[in-house]
Amino acid sequence: MADKIRETVMAISRPAPGEAGRTGDWRSYTPVIDHEKCTGKDSCLYCWLYCPDGVISREFPLEIDLEYCKGCGVCAEECPRKAITMVE
Amino acid sequence: MATRAARDLPTEEFILPGSRSCAACGLMLTYRHALKALDPGKTLVAVPASCMTVLHGVYPITPVKVTCINTPFAATAASASGLVAGLKAIKREDYTVVAFAGDGGTYDIGIQALSGALERGTNFMYVCYDNEGYMNTGTQRSSASPAAAVTSTTPILAKAQHKKDMIRIVEAHRIPYIATASPSFPLDLFDKVKTAKDIRGSRYLEVLAPCPPGWGFPNKDLIKMGKLTVECGIHVLYEIREGRLRLTSRSLVLAEKGRKKTIADYVKGQTRFKKISKDQIDALQQWTDQRWEEFLQRHNRG
Repeated sequence: MADKIRETVMAISRPAPGEAGRTGDWRSYTPVIDHEKCTGKDSCLYCWLYCPDGVISREFPLEIDLEYCKGCGVCAEECPRKAITMVE
Repeated sequence: MATRAARDLPTEEFILPGSRSCAACGLMLTYRHALKALDPGKTLVAVPASCMTVLHGVYPITPVKVTCINTPFAATAASASGLVAGLKAIKREDYTVVAFAGDGGTYDIGIQALSGALERGTNFMYVCYDNEGYMNTGTQRSSASPAAAVTSTTPILAKAQHKKDMIRIVEAHRIPYIATASPSFPLDLFDKVKTAKDIRGSRYLEVLAPCPPGWGFPNKDLIKMGKLTVECGIHVLYEIREGRLRLTSRSLVLAEKGRKKTIADYVKGQTRFKKISKDQIDALQQWTDQRWEEFLQRHNRG
């Protein structure tokens, strides 16, 4: 029995972005950042904090990954300076 | 030391963009910040059939960078116990085992396995993300759904019973750490997961994750709805260490300044409460007030 080769067969998924395809296609409204209102100085990063999908960058000027942004509008709603608007 | 600002949180994301979760998913936000608090290289996650499986994707791709095992619905805590035992056998006890289950997998189907694991004092963390129904399969009633909520299995006469007090059941096992959190207060959530990570023994966290399609509110109001659940007192943020309850975050502020929001404000914005009557609102308000008083008394006792 000692020389019997035991091989465990497992289905293992590997991590990759875009598991559900380009989820940006789900979007009906696109968030647009007004960089004059959000300058980066003393910025709160609430949009980054509250984005469920984590598609907003942490570095200034802030950028939204529109390929995967699902367009939920949480960032526009939570921005205290109203620097993000949802455009159709 | 409590985390104060968003820029204090770790920058790295452990969930890659383009996942299968709905837009404005409360669970997704919870999971994103919980993984930041854990050490993803040294974490194993056990997930039952739930919204979480949907998030974890279809073979052979997953958007999550953490080792995860998909388990049968009833066996989340049992599988996690097995992982803990296995890690002990190969002497790799520096790993954290975390079970992530929904309210269906905790309150209803998984309660037996959970109770067993807690009774054995298994060294693991159990996170219940409570979205108050079987949202993945189409908003069926669970024992976590609030009274007077219309679900797809209680469509005509809304749910008659109040929500099950799961924390009391968990507390009866006398485990070292129990906490509740909300994705609308991510810094508080982050701190609690981090605290729980460093404690040995069974830890239980309950997160009320708002579900826009299931509860029936606009996607953009995700954070507002989560805050409202805390402000009206239907969800209370606290932690219990060695039997001592301490209110945290917004609930602590409310305990000092008093609550202003009522259940009437809470039910207004959600279509699942479309059939709620005046009597039902009063009953829910009374139930909430009674619980709040209990928490306040325990908090003041220290």
